[in-house]
Amino acid sequence: MKLLSGLAATLFALAIWQAIVSATGLPKFILPGPALVAETWWQNRWIIAEHTWVTAVEVIIGLACGTVLGVVTALQLANSRAARVLVQPMLVFTQALPVFALAPLLTLWLGYGLWSKVAMAVLIIYFPITSSFFDGLMRTPPGYLDLARTMQASRRAVLWHIRIPAALPSLASGMRLAAVYAPIGAVIGEWVGSSQGLGYLMLLANGRAKTDLMFAAMLTLGVFSILLHMVVRRATAGIAGETR
Amino acid sequence: MTPAPDLTVRGSAAIGDALLFARLTLTLAAGRWTCLLGGSGVGKTTILRLIAGLDTGAEFTGQITASDGQSVRERVAYMAQDDLLLPWATVARNVLLGARLRGEKPDLRRCDQLIERMRLQDHMTKKPGELSGGQRQRVALARTLMEDRPIVLLDEPFSALDARTRADMQDLAAEALQGRTVLLVTHDPGEAARLGQSIVVMTQNGITPCQPPHAPAPRKVDDLETLETQGALLRLLREEAA
Repeated sequence: MKLLSGLAATLFALAIWQAIVSATGLPKFILPGPALVAETWWQNRWIIAEHTWVTAVEVIIGLACGTVLGVVTALQLANSRAARVLVQPMLVFTQALPVFALAPLLTLWLGYGLWSKVAMAVLIIYFPITSSFFDGLMRTPPGYLDLARTMQASRRAVLWHIRIPAALPSLASGMRLAAVYAPIGAVIGEWVGSSQGLGYLMLLANGRAKTDLMFAAMLTLGVFSILLHMVVRRATAGIAGETR
Repeated sequence: MTPAPDLTVRGSAAIGDALLFARLTLTLAAGRWTCLLGGSGVGKTTILRLIAGLDTGAEFTGQITASDGQSVRERVAYMAQDDLLLPWATVARNVLLGARLRGEKPDLRRCDQLIERMRLQDHMTKKPGELSGGQRQRVALARTLMEDRPIVLLDEPFSALDARTRADMQDLAAEALQGRTVLLVTHDPGEAARLGQSIVVMTQNGITPCQPPHAPAPRKVDDLETLETQGALLRLLREEAA
């Protein structure tokens, strides 16, 4: 049923797309139709696959590093008032900075290769992961904490046996958000400076008025992001379901 | 477990400038059930939480002492209206929570015995979400018994249960917690009349000791004297509130 409705929505979108192309008669370097994009995609499938692989590696490493960093930060924040006073404003500040503005700097520091894109992905997901997990850690049902206190639990034991498990659903929702944001970070990184990746391919195709190839790359990115989101959702469903 | 001591709460409590309860003296007799009966907001839960050493949001002036002179808050077990079962842990792991939180080696045999005594042996590996309200409260009671403390504090633990399950739980708890110094905070006159070996009514004007029925607790639900006591308690609550 879900698959069917997804298919129906896709077909509907394609139909609208084709209708606009037919009605406006726009040249194909402005707006290529779905058939042309599909054809271009098929012709360039190996090139696209290669660039997708590059972007995927950046995103997945970024997601892993960002999650680890976010989890560690949230734990520190939850554990120490000093950390909250010192670090929390900084965290908000990093979120206030447009990631676009940092991209050239990161490329300068980390080079054209993989790591500047990983850093972009990490930067963009660090905040949602940290803040969602931190919120979860701070919102432990007070009754559990009362019970733990009457049981003479140490702070560490309460954190490990009660607060962290109770916060896992929040972390899971942060990770689901991160799965959507991470590709954005990586692609921005690729736009600013790279020689590989879907972002690079989109820019290249755009510069040469190969709009059909740009669309093909863009749609590939979209499909990749959706797949990633689904995988993360599936992976975190266990945690969230178990703790609910 | 040390033998159950007498427990005395003496003092007053205020929230900011507003007095929650004026200076009072409440004595819980060693090894007996004391029911503290009262309406909402009179401070009965505050008294229980003070004994447990939990945050109350109120300023307490006075002292809480045990007749044997030992510390009180390290010898209490606590059971609330919410069963407070960890939803991600199995029944058995919930019962063993205290040992895990203290980093002690869990006494698995005792845990099994208690689970059996609470008639939960078929549910050991289930999560709380798969249990009924009554079963969940039985797990909470098993967890409370697992702590094996001489002082047991019950904060309306049966009030969310349906009438039949509540009566079953009252019987089970009365039997299981025998010999401990128990404080049961409740707003249900029927519960106080069934379970109280001493009954204290708390209102805005302070606390009033009441005569419990003569039959040993837990009393039959249709015991005449118990029903009369229930009525008398309710009348007292209403008069004091008026």
